[in-house]
Amino acid sequence: MSEGTFFTRDRSWHPPALTPQYKTSVARSPSRAQLSYPMTLSEATGPVFGHNILGELDNDLIHNFAQPGESAIGQRIIVHGRVLDETGRGVPNVLVEFWQANAGGRYRHKKESYLAPLDPNFGGCGRAITGEDGGYRFRTVKPGPYPWPNNQNDWRPAHIHFSIFGQGFAQRLITQMYFEGDPLIWHCPIVSTIPSKEAIEQLIAPLDMANTIPMDARAYKFDIVLRGRRSTMFENKLEGN
Amino acid sequence: MQKLNQLKESPSQTAGPYVHIGCVPNYSGIPGIYPEDLGLRMRTDATKGEHIAIKGVVWDGTGTALKDALVEVWQADAAGIYPGSDPRGEADPTFTGWGRFPGDYDTGEWTIETVKPGAVPWPNGGMQAPHITFWIVARGINIGLQTRMYFEDEDNSADPVLSRIEHQNRVPTLIAKKTGDGEYRFDIRLQGTDETIFFDV
Repeated sequence: MSEGTFFTRDRSWHPPALTPQYKTSVARSPSRAQLSYPMTLSEATGPVFGHNILGELDNDLIHNFAQPGESAIGQRIIVHGRVLDETGRGVPNVLVEFWQANAGGRYRHKKESYLAPLDPNFGGCGRAITGEDGGYRFRTVKPGPYPWPNNQNDWRPAHIHFSIFGQGFAQRLITQMYFEGDPLIWHCPIVSTIPSKEAIEQLIAPLDMANTIPMDARAYKFDIVLRGRRSTMFENKLEGN
Repeated sequence: MQKLNQLKESPSQTAGPYVHIGCVPNYSGIPGIYPEDLGLRMRTDATKGEHIAIKGVVWDGTGTALKDALVEVWQADAAGIYPGSDPRGEADPTFTGWGRFPGDYDTGEWTIETVKPGAVPWPNGGMQAPHITFWIVARGINIGLQTRMYFEDEDNSADPVLSRIEHQNRVPTLIAKKTGDGEYRFDIRLQGTDETIFFDV
């Protein structure tokens, strides 16, 4: 089955398991070599989610937890981009989920103890399914940076978490989006788990003035790249052509 | 020489301590945004095959349970067909094949209610023994960990993945123990002498 499988993952581009500057990784990192075998249907296939799972406000974090007539506090932004694979093709009909802290840097979670206040109108999660060109977009407030227990004085840069499904379970990915110009990016022990500056830059969304909505919300563009798929026996089925 | 013009995969970042907010918000205490969390129900009463439940915990290198992990599974139906994207045909329409399970906030334990999968073909002929693909993310895990669960009460002797493993003394880390009628136990150990085998496929 050489067709329809995915490009080999370039592990040198990703963070290694053990990154002592991010202390929690020390006891949670496997120490033995990962084993490889030829890709099978178990990895080349993956779950399919229909657009019918989506609610009207799923991609609007400003309103999806707010009381009627109210909205979340913070800088209004739009995050948009395309899910692509390493060949540059858009990946249609895949689920993208996102979650984040509120404008003050506080998550709505019982284990969260940062003294910044909760926003009663902000839940902090949303989702979208990519269109035919792999495009997605959502509206939210810009998350705040926040301190976290690692070294004595570590701060996360403002970021949004992304969970992305592909067309096969082998493409499954969770990552984070950062914002252009945030000086905390270059101080963060989690960002620096990524070995190269070039790879880190791939997670920094630029301000997109062209797609900014005047008098409403600034736009940030964030493309996500999944493992490339070899020309495929599944193409007719998965891409509907 | 021409350029290949290939892109690089987006680098992974940890799912962090609050992955449940994004993936199972109702479970994490954020009700009402979605009617229900995705992936909690894989089957219905009508799903064909043996209905089973798998319990387990993800353990760190000190022997402490992870209470903030998220485990996802992907498997074939009882006939060995993957739902939605299998070139060989349609799977049982009552079965999703995919599930997502947060660990209990106090014990770290998760319970996967599913059906026992059928055997699935190996690319060069032959069959793989029934198995479930696991994908584990959590705070402190920089890139999702992939492994497989096999069944103690199946014949795994000809499985092409298990048989190619050099250190056969590690194979038991991939095999769920039968603990009762339709009940299995599968613990995942991130580190240590009995570290689970993880795969890069």
